[in-house]
Amino acid sequence: MTTAGTGTYSPKPGAAPLPRMIAAQAALETKMLLRNGEQLLLTVVIPTLLLVLFSSVDIVDTGAGEAVDFLAPGILALAVMSTAFTGQAIATGFERRYGVLKRLASSPLPRWALMTAKTVSVLVTEVLQIVLLTVIAFALGWSPQGNPLAVLLLLILGTAAFSGLGLLMAGTLKAEATLAAANLVFILLLVGGGVIVPLDKFPAGAQDVLGLLPISALSDGLRDVVQHGAGMPWGDLGILAVWAVVGLGAAGRFFRWE
Amino acid sequence: MRTEPVVQVQALVKRYGTKTAVNGLDLVARAGVTAVLGPNGAGKTTTVETCEGYRKPDSGSVRVLGLDPVRQSGELRPRIGVMLQSGGVYSGARADEMLRHVAKLHAHPLDVDALIERLGLGSCGRTTYRRLSGGQQQRLALAMAVVGRPELVFLDEPTAGLDPQARRATWDLVRDLRADGVSVILTTHYMDEAEQLADDVAIIDGGRVIAQGSPEELCRGGAENTLRFTGRPGLDVGSLLKALPADCTAAELTPGSYRVVGKVDPQLLATVTSWCAQHGVMPEKISVERHTLEDVFLELTGKELRS
Repeated sequence: MTTAGTGTYSPKPGAAPLPRMIAAQAALETKMLLRNGEQLLLTVVIPTLLLVLFSSVDIVDTGAGEAVDFLAPGILALAVMSTAFTGQAIATGFERRYGVLKRLASSPLPRWALMTAKTVSVLVTEVLQIVLLTVIAFALGWSPQGNPLAVLLLLILGTAAFSGLGLLMAGTLKAEATLAAANLVFILLLVGGGVIVPLDKFPAGAQDVLGLLPISALSDGLRDVVQHGAGMPWGDLGILAVWAVVGLGAAGRFFRWE
Repeated sequence: MRTEPVVQVQALVKRYGTKTAVNGLDLVARAGVTAVLGPNGAGKTTTVETCEGYRKPDSGSVRVLGLDPVRQSGELRPRIGVMLQSGGVYSGARADEMLRHVAKLHAHPLDVDALIERLGLGSCGRTTYRRLSGGQQQRLALAMAVVGRPELVFLDEPTAGLDPQARRATWDLVRDLRADGVSVILTTHYMDEAEQLADDVAIIDGGRVIAQGSPEELCRGGAENTLRFTGRPGLDVGSLLKALPADCTAAELTPGSYRVVGKVDPQLLATVTSWCAQHGVMPEKISVERHTLEDVFLELTGKELRS
């Protein structure tokens, strides 16, 4: 009982070349992120508002010098955290919940290539954020200094640390729990991580602990370089590297795809 | 055209905690359309997801297109198409966007526009996935399973909850896939779906295959057909029985309602009607009931299929 077909669906299987798959995946992930209102609120609106508000209104004592010189590095750190940690955790948590990760796992795209694409998408978003925030900071009278290489290293290690923690959360908790926890952590680290409130406003004992948080290491490191023109902030880089290794390692070990 | 099996499952066991979902299941599927039929919780999805490489067997072996779905996943994945029971799409993605994306992951995809047209997904427009109707979501998932021009397609309950028109569209596509040489494994709890589409049906219950064969074979095996007619009450059933072939039975179930059970063929029908003519009986209603897969299932398991 063979019916002759038209040949439209005749098998012709094959995976697309890897670079094309990764580029397509990264483009789609970025598009999904930029289309999502809540994500934009987190990654663009909140950092921009905080930068403009606290630079122009004297609410927090940011020490000597222009407020924007203190705030800009902290806001850049916040931008990295909002994308690599909060945004990525929430998006990935819901992708897991809605079977997107599961469906992609049976497509020709290898898992490592999916994670690569996610990283590319995070980096592209960060570049857009940094360009936007830098332009605004300059308009507010920002005068950065320091070694660009040190800045780049801090941003990359910060991204790695936050990505690991975000993926760990997304791959182990329920999507709703991830949503709530990621937002809560965002707010706690925004307040207690030296982003807009200098760490030396906290009691001495708390400062030591808070200083070990990835957000504090990133904002403190960026501030040392960009505001004070310090050399390589090895201590902060070290803290971020430890978080990156622990976070990515745990995510790799405990991440559940469905 | 009996070639290499596309799927070969041997003594598959899969447990979730203390619950055994699949319990020593054997299944061989060859080219064509194979329906895996069974009630909810029978182990259909677990079996199929093991073939797709999502689950590792606790014991037993699984080969798909000759490959181990877990260890040779990289080689297998481009050659199969997968339709999950639900989900699988970014909630913020549009139908055409997601389909184009999956197409980009393959080397020689189908023409996406033609496929969108074919499955009536053009009307989705700029609507994102989460706002599509259930039927549109199902058809998108089906399109995603075939767009990469796979050799073998797994469809997990492809028409569950679809309206009749959408069901027919899905059936037509499955027939076209088969005609073009694509093998299809589909799970279903709809009898008519299996009868309409499948070359081969595997009936699963309690984590095992309890019967397998073509729909015709399954319906024939052990199962006889029924002829019913109504006439005036109190006819001489003994005389009717004498006129019938030896292996038939006849009875008056309720006054005026008669049933003949046996191999119902044109000859038997003629025998019954001529007996009626001889006895001056006008059969008011006469009907032939073919044994369906539903009856087969009921006999095999003592259960209704859609429980």
